[in-house]
Amino acid sequence: MTKHEREQIANDATSLGRDAWEQIKRNRMAQIGGVLFITITLLCWIGPALSSYSFEQQNLAYGPQAPSTEHWFGTDDLGRDLFVRILTGGQVSISVGFAATLVALIIGVTYGSIAGYVGGKSEDLMMRFVDAVYALPFTMIVIILTVTFNEKNLILIFMAIGAVEWLTMARIVRGQTRALRKLNYVDAAKVYGASHLSILLKHILPNCLGPIIVYTTLTIPAVILLESVLSFLGLGVQPPMSSWGVLINEGAKKIDIYPWQLIFPAIFFSLTLFALNFIGDGLRDALDPKESK
Amino acid sequence: MFNLIARRLLQAIPTLWVVATATFLLLRLAPGGPFDDEKPLAPEIKEQIEAHYGLNLPLHEQYFAFLGNLLKGDFGPSYKYPGWDVQEIIAQAFPVSLELGLWGLLIALSVGIPIGTLAAIKHNTSTETGLMGFAMVGICLPSFVIGPILLLIFSLTLNWFNPLGWSYASDRVLPAVTLGLLYAAYIARLARSGMLDVLRHDYIRTARAKGLAERAVVIRHALRTALYPVVAYLGPAAAGLISGSFVVETIFFIPGLGPFFVNAALNRDYQMVMGTVLFYAVLIILFNLIVDIIQMWMNPRARHD
Repeated sequence: MTKHEREQIANDATSLGRDAWEQIKRNRMAQIGGVLFITITLLCWIGPALSSYSFEQQNLAYGPQAPSTEHWFGTDDLGRDLFVRILTGGQVSISVGFAATLVALIIGVTYGSIAGYVGGKSEDLMMRFVDAVYALPFTMIVIILTVTFNEKNLILIFMAIGAVEWLTMARIVRGQTRALRKLNYVDAAKVYGASHLSILLKHILPNCLGPIIVYTTLTIPAVILLESVLSFLGLGVQPPMSSWGVLINEGAKKIDIYPWQLIFPAIFFSLTLFALNFIGDGLRDALDPKESK
Repeated sequence: MFNLIARRLLQAIPTLWVVATATFLLLRLAPGGPFDDEKPLAPEIKEQIEAHYGLNLPLHEQYFAFLGNLLKGDFGPSYKYPGWDVQEIIAQAFPVSLELGLWGLLIALSVGIPIGTLAAIKHNTSTETGLMGFAMVGICLPSFVIGPILLLIFSLTLNWFNPLGWSYASDRVLPAVTLGLLYAAYIARLARSGMLDVLRHDYIRTARAKGLAERAVVIRHALRTALYPVVAYLGPAAAGLISGSFVVETIFFIPGLGPFFVNAALNRDYQMVMGTVLFYAVLIILFNLIVDIIQMWMNPRARHD
C-alpha cells in the first residue's frame, strides 16, 4: 500500500463525519438548535458567577418580587434571585441529562453489541430480558430506585435514570451488530486472527456509530424530562439545590399569584428540549438516512 | 393467534416474578422501614406492629409469604392506611386513573392522527411545517408546564372549568388534554412518516389513476397501512400514560392511584408499592398483548411472524 493509497483510505474513513457535517450545514433548524443549546449551557455555567446574588441567598423581608431591573426574573418566596436559581438549576438538569445518558450509553452499547455478536440462544435470552424490562412501568422503577436509598444525591438519581434508559440503546446496537457480524470483512478479520474483543471494538462498533450518536442525542432531552418529572413529584433534587423540575413545581403551585415563578423556568426548560430535539432530528437526517423518512 | 396469546401469557410469569422479587429486595435493602416516623414509636409498640405484619420474620420467610399471597391474588394490607388492603385502595383509586388515561389516549389519537395525515398530504408546504412545528411544541412542553398554564388560562382567568377535583364531566377536560397532548405530538409524527411512506407505493398510484378522489385514496387505501407505526407505538404510549397520569393527578388534585403510589414510595409502605407496581406490570403486559392482536388483525403479513 503506498502512502497515497493510505491517505486516500484515511480520507474515506472520515466521510461519515464529513457527510453529516455537510447535511447539518443545510439543516437550518439543527443549527438553530445547536446555537441555542450552546448559549443556554454557557449562560448556565457563566451567568451565576457574573451575578451579585447566589442561588441560596435569602432575603425574607424582600419576599417574592415581580421581575425588575434589579432581579430580571423576579424572586421566589424566600427572596432568592430567580435568574440565578434558574441558571444553577440548569447546571443540575443539564449535568444529570449528560451523566445519565452516559450511563445508558455504556450499558446499552456493551449489552447490545455483545448480544448481537454472540448470537444464538444467548442473544435470544439477553434480548428477551430487555423485552421483559421494557414492558414495565419505567417511571415507577426509577421512583423506587430513588427512594430506596435515603440519601437523595444527584449521583443516585442519574444512576437510576441511566439504569432504565439503556434498553432502547441496547436494542439499536444489537440490531446493527447482528447485521454487521455476517459481513465478509468481519470473517476476514477472524481469519486474520483478530480476537473477538478487537473485532467488536475495531470493526463492528465504529460502523454502528451513526445510530449510536443519533440515539444518544435524543436520549439527553428524554433524561432531562425524566429528572424534571421526578423533581416535580418531590423525589428528585432536594433544597436548597434546584433543578428546572423543582423550580417549575414551586412555580406551578403559585401560578395564580406569582406567574413569573413558573414562566421563566418553563421557558428555559422548553427551549433546551427544543434545541436538543432539533439537533437530534438533524443528526438523524444526516447520519441515519434509513430512519429519517 | 391462540399460540401467540398462550406464549405471551407464559412469558409473563417469569417477568412478573422478576418484578416482584426485584421490588421486594430493593425495598427491603433500603434503610428505614414503614414504621420509622419522625416521631419515633416506643420500641415495644413498634415491635408489636412489626410482629402483627410479620416484619420480624427472617427475610426469606417474608419473601415466600409475600409470593404465596400474590399467587392467591392478595397484595396484603397497607401499612399507612390501617384497616385497608392494598387491593381495596387500588379498586377505589384505579378507575379514576383508568378513565383519565382513556380520555388522554382518545385525545392523543383524535388530535395526532389527523394532524400527521394532513401534514403528509401537504408534504413540503408551509402547512406541513406549521403542523409539525406544533407537534414539536407538544413534545417540548411537558405536562407539568402545560397543565398549570391551561389551569391559569381556562379556569382561573376564563372560569370555564373547575381548577381541581374530579366530580363533574367538565373536570375531565383539562387533565385529559394535559395528559394527551404529548402523545398526540408523537402520534402526529409517526402518522406523518407512515403516511409519507405509503403514499409512495404503487397501489396508491393505481388508486389515483383509476380516478378516485384524493380523500378516498387517503382514507380508504392509505390510512390503514399508514397507521401501523401508530398502533405499534400504543404499547409504550400506555406505559407513558400511566406515569404521566401521576403528574397530571398531582397538578389537578385528582383522586387517582398516582398520588397513592408516590406517597407509598416515600413512606415505605412496602405492600402498597409492590402491589401497585405488579398491578401496573400486569396491566401493561395485557395491553401490549391487545396491541399485538390488533396489529395482526390490521396487517396480515405480521400473522406469519
